[in-house]
Amino acid sequence: MAGYSDPGFDTLALHAGAAPDPSTGARAVPIHLTTSFVFESTDQAAALFNLERPGHVYSRISNPTNAVLEQRVAALEGGIGAITTSSGQAALHLAIATLMGAGSHIVASSALYGGSHNLLHYTLSRFGISTTFVKPGDLDAWKAAIRPNTKLFFGETVGNPGMDVLDIEAISGIAHAAGVPLLVDSTLTSPWLIKPFDHGADLVYHSATKFLSGHGTVVGGVVVDGGSFDWDKSGKFAELSQAYEGFHNMVFSEESTVGAFLLRARREGLRDFGACMSPHTAWLILQGIETLPLRMARHMENTAKVVEFLAAHPMVSRVGHPLLESHPSHALAQKLLPRGAGSVFSFDIRGSRAQGQKFIEALKVFSHLANVGDCRSLVIHPASTTHFRMTDEALVASGIGPGTIRLSIGLEDPADLIDDLKKALKAAEKAGS
Amino acid sequence: MKISVQGHLLYAYTGGKPFNPAQPTAVFIHGVLNDHSVWILQTRYFAHHGWNVLAVDLPGHCKSEGPPPQSAEEAADTVIALLDALKIDKAALIGHSFGSLIALEAAARDAVTHPGRVSHLVLVGTAYPMRVSPALLDLSVSAPFKAIDMVNSFSHSTLAPPPSALGPGTWLYGGSKALMRRVLASNPQSNVFYTGFKACDSYKGGEAAMPKVACPTLFVLGSADQMTPPKAAQSLIDLCGKPTVVKLPAGHSLMTEAPEGVLQSLKDFLKP
Repeated sequence: MAGYSDPGFDTLALHAGAAPDPSTGARAVPIHLTTSFVFESTDQAAALFNLERPGHVYSRISNPTNAVLEQRVAALEGGIGAITTSSGQAALHLAIATLMGAGSHIVASSALYGGSHNLLHYTLSRFGISTTFVKPGDLDAWKAAIRPNTKLFFGETVGNPGMDVLDIEAISGIAHAAGVPLLVDSTLTSPWLIKPFDHGADLVYHSATKFLSGHGTVVGGVVVDGGSFDWDKSGKFAELSQAYEGFHNMVFSEESTVGAFLLRARREGLRDFGACMSPHTAWLILQGIETLPLRMARHMENTAKVVEFLAAHPMVSRVGHPLLESHPSHALAQKLLPRGAGSVFSFDIRGSRAQGQKFIEALKVFSHLANVGDCRSLVIHPASTTHFRMTDEALVASGIGPGTIRLSIGLEDPADLIDDLKKALKAAEKAGS
Repeated sequence: MKISVQGHLLYAYTGGKPFNPAQPTAVFIHGVLNDHSVWILQTRYFAHHGWNVLAVDLPGHCKSEGPPPQSAEEAADTVIALLDALKIDKAALIGHSFGSLIALEAAARDAVTHPGRVSHLVLVGTAYPMRVSPALLDLSVSAPFKAIDMVNSFSHSTLAPPPSALGPGTWLYGGSKALMRRVLASNPQSNVFYTGFKACDSYKGGEAAMPKVACPTLFVLGSADQMTPPKAAQSLIDLCGKPTVVKLPAGHSLMTEAPEGVLQSLKDFLKP
């Protein structure tokens, strides 16, 4: 039943949440750079504060430009709504802080972005929230890690940079059997490659800095609720199913049968923690999303060509992309990610740490920096940057070799990318002779 | 709050305020595969502006126990039993879609047994007859998720809804779909999708009920409603003694697509 009543992904990427501005006729989404919104009357003011009427009060809590972005990402993910945040890390923190407090426990994939690992392992433990890390593919380990106080399962659709694909269906099944929701970081895949809600996830978040924005210009995050998790039935979430003195004694799960999480996250989390997104940032991310389907298709095309080139190169000992049958997640990726498993992956070049450094320095099209998901191709050498203090032996134990390189494949002419890599590999080879 | 009605516990959302017998009461009745939460904005407002609000989950739906109603007449008896149980002597009945047929039938029946008790009747997104295609009825049994997607598409009219029930950032297509799935799952014993649609389709009491309604009646219709288009309400409007008709720029999901318009219509109409 395609058409306006049942729009496809590409249409939603352009239109979800946005109509011509009623006061000016502006077709593009206006940037509402205002802190506050004038009340019509004292009665309306009180009603807005008490959630009797919908609308905007203060841009830390909500803003019309941000609301368009929130509706758009929710539409693309198949969720019920979303909340924009100042960064992907803020989105992760908002999700966790909404669902639990001191004494709670999380089971998380060990294949996480370093910042997320830090938050769970070091920072949240200071606040009484502990985490057990398990290998994402070890389903028995997920199950065995559950404790009576476990309140969340958490993983990335595709681990960074090893590209372990999360078996969302199996892991969400284990979580749900224990009355626990599954939160998924879908940053590296975007909803164009996979919609985690379709496979059983309950909450999804993005570092919108990456593919959603797509142009390496802004930092932002967004958390989306699939509306599928029954907080009452679980019995583990008094935060959502009991009266909350901090907000009009509201019982969020009574107020909204499917949207309790979003209600509390916005009304408590944004209000109290305050990690909101600037409307200007929201607008730039909306600009990016308008071309998300086109960009993701090109990211995947370029990645396939680069992976094929690297896999055949004599200076390359390993390419860690599920496109290749040798990758442990190849079969799962074929099932869950038929359009591709993403464009952020690692490979190992033969030789020493110095040769790895030489490779990086010789690249001209790839930019050497600490980001991914840009329209430009990016590269980083973990052994000489993020992990430079570690010995070669410690690097191997972390799954990172002295010659491991992480790439984020952009939208350039793929022939130029391959030529750049070819010349840099030659330079690395010479450095070893 | 939960009230014992017809031998089962019936849940009614009260808008965050306790029931106060000294206040007038407004009973809100949802449609097929919905629950009390579709009325959240409107009910919360009235609860904080001098009204008792009873936004029910129909029997067998979500927080309410008992078998789901097989007909609008059966559900109407439950509504009347709820008024009796709480000893309510003045109530406005407000129904959406299937709930509008229940409210209509309850108002007509109560006008005979308790003249004057129903003070106002509001029919939101209504139609009479409320036909459901045989294909959709079949699909609600054989492939309910597919039928939910179909109903969801026909129930919305815009990709850019205003701030709604969860506040800004709500994606109504997703919210309605999730709610319908949740309500369906809430009753493993009975397919409340099929029984609700069947009850809509088989309701034949509209012509007899409407003239019996003595109180003022408000019709709130969505000009872009594909499920119950405004012209489908005309037969009831013609039979109504005191009709007020408001058309809002919205689809069938009026309370969420036009929350402010629905609220204003109710505020203008519901004078205690």
